[in-house]
Amino acid sequence: MIAIFEKINLYMQYPFVWYALVVGILIALCSSLLGVSLVLKRFSYIGDGLSHVAFGATAVAAVLNLTDQMVLIFPVTICCAVLLLKTGQTAKIKGDAAIAMISVGTLAFGYLLMNLFSTSTNLSGDVCSTLFGSTSILTLTKAEVWVCAILSVVVVAVFILFYNKIFDVTFDESFAFAVGTKVNAYNLLIAVITAVIIVLAMNLVGSLLISALIIFPALSAMRVFRSFKAVTVCAAVLSVLCALFGILISILAGTPVGSTIVAVDVLAFAIFSCVGFLVGGVRK
Amino acid sequence: MPQLTCQDLTLGYDANVIVRNLSFSVNEGDYLCIVGENGSGKSTLMKAILGLHTPISGKILAGDGMKANKIGYLPQQTSLQKDFPASVREIVLSGCQGRCGMRPFYNKTEKQLAADNMERMGIADLAMRCYRELSGGQQQRVLLARALCATQKILLLDEPVSGLDPKVTAEMYQLIASLNQEGITIIMISHDIAAAIKYATRILHIDEKIFFGTKDDYLKSEAGRHFMLREGGGNNDCDF
Repeated sequence: MIAIFEKINLYMQYPFVWYALVVGILIALCSSLLGVSLVLKRFSYIGDGLSHVAFGATAVAAVLNLTDQMVLIFPVTICCAVLLLKTGQTAKIKGDAAIAMISVGTLAFGYLLMNLFSTSTNLSGDVCSTLFGSTSILTLTKAEVWVCAILSVVVVAVFILFYNKIFDVTFDESFAFAVGTKVNAYNLLIAVITAVIIVLAMNLVGSLLISALIIFPALSAMRVFRSFKAVTVCAAVLSVLCALFGILISILAGTPVGSTIVAVDVLAFAIFSCVGFLVGGVRK
Repeated sequence: MPQLTCQDLTLGYDANVIVRNLSFSVNEGDYLCIVGENGSGKSTLMKAILGLHTPISGKILAGDGMKANKIGYLPQQTSLQKDFPASVREIVLSGCQGRCGMRPFYNKTEKQLAADNMERMGIADLAMRCYRELSGGQQQRVLLARALCATQKILLLDEPVSGLDPKVTAEMYQLIASLNQEGITIIMISHDIAAAIKYATRILHIDEKIFFGTKDDYLKSEAGRHFMLREGGGNNDCDF
């Protein structure tokens, strides 16, 4: 046990470990906040869909040899998020089909482009790290950490400011419409924030595992807690703890960062399910 | 001056017209029941009144300083709400969202209003309970308390008793009637023609022929008799 602490202590002397922890925790916090709303709106899979869009955009950016890939990735992902969430009610192609379509379509195009035009010698390595999270979280620069920190603060601030409105449009859209709440505007807001979080989280856990960061904390919290506020707070705390433990374990054991965090999230869900079952049993 | 007037309303989606030339008005303190078959346009009319649906032609006028967003609305429950983790207090408080405007948090007056309305609906002791664990009748009371937070004057109820057992249904009708006696205008969509005749003061029947008038006129009218016949007079709990 002491050996483990000594090892952690040793790693803590390196700034890159700090960067990884800070970024990981911030991203976990942001994604869990919106997760509650997305799960309840039946949009659990949007994380997956949008992250594939981001993957496609990354491939295009790589092919175009852009120095700052974010310039392309952010707008494309946000546009798709808006399209998916906005057309949810009225579109000819319904929500789940639209997400599936955009998600596999962009994934295929991204991989195709990368294969056709890639200059890299390690193509499958590139693809694999975009899909499952790269080790690049351990090679973050100071500037990247700042960008991530600022965006996270903005996301959290927006969420707190619009907390009540987000609850309103999540629980009952038609009532919110009837009393004059700008439902479309808030849905748009949720879509944009979701897109931002997903692009941020791509570095951490990769395209394929982002959904886990968004839905697992929310689902775990819903097993045990029974009010929206409690669920949101619990999801945020749980997500941060899971990210913290996941990153530490991955550093100590040398496992991939993204999948370790997700594994911890899954474990937490199992524990919360048991607790929820026991508590529920007592109440009945 | 009526609280709400609909003039020559034609409702529908795209080229598909559901209701033609609908005119009626609602005065303060009225209890209007909107009855009709499934697909006759009841729900579309309600959406139009709430401003969620734009009529193809015609006008909806709100009088007496009524604004469209001063209507309290009790929607039908969605499947999404069945497993929604929210406390009763949170839901009732969300009825005040129209009062907030851009202000991000609820103030003391609004919290008090929510507490008062929970008291009024007899659910004050459930405030911290989870919505999805309540019985159907309790859930409807919660949504009614929320609607009351949004209005002082007029309530729109969309099938308020669907899915409730007979005893709770009767309690719900009593509750709505008592709100009406306190001076709140009620507009209710219903399948339950017997209850409509028992409680409502006015009836709007949407069918190929539209009927609008008082309850007594309705009973004499062709539409009313037709409807009563088809219902088969099997509504024993009704004492008209």
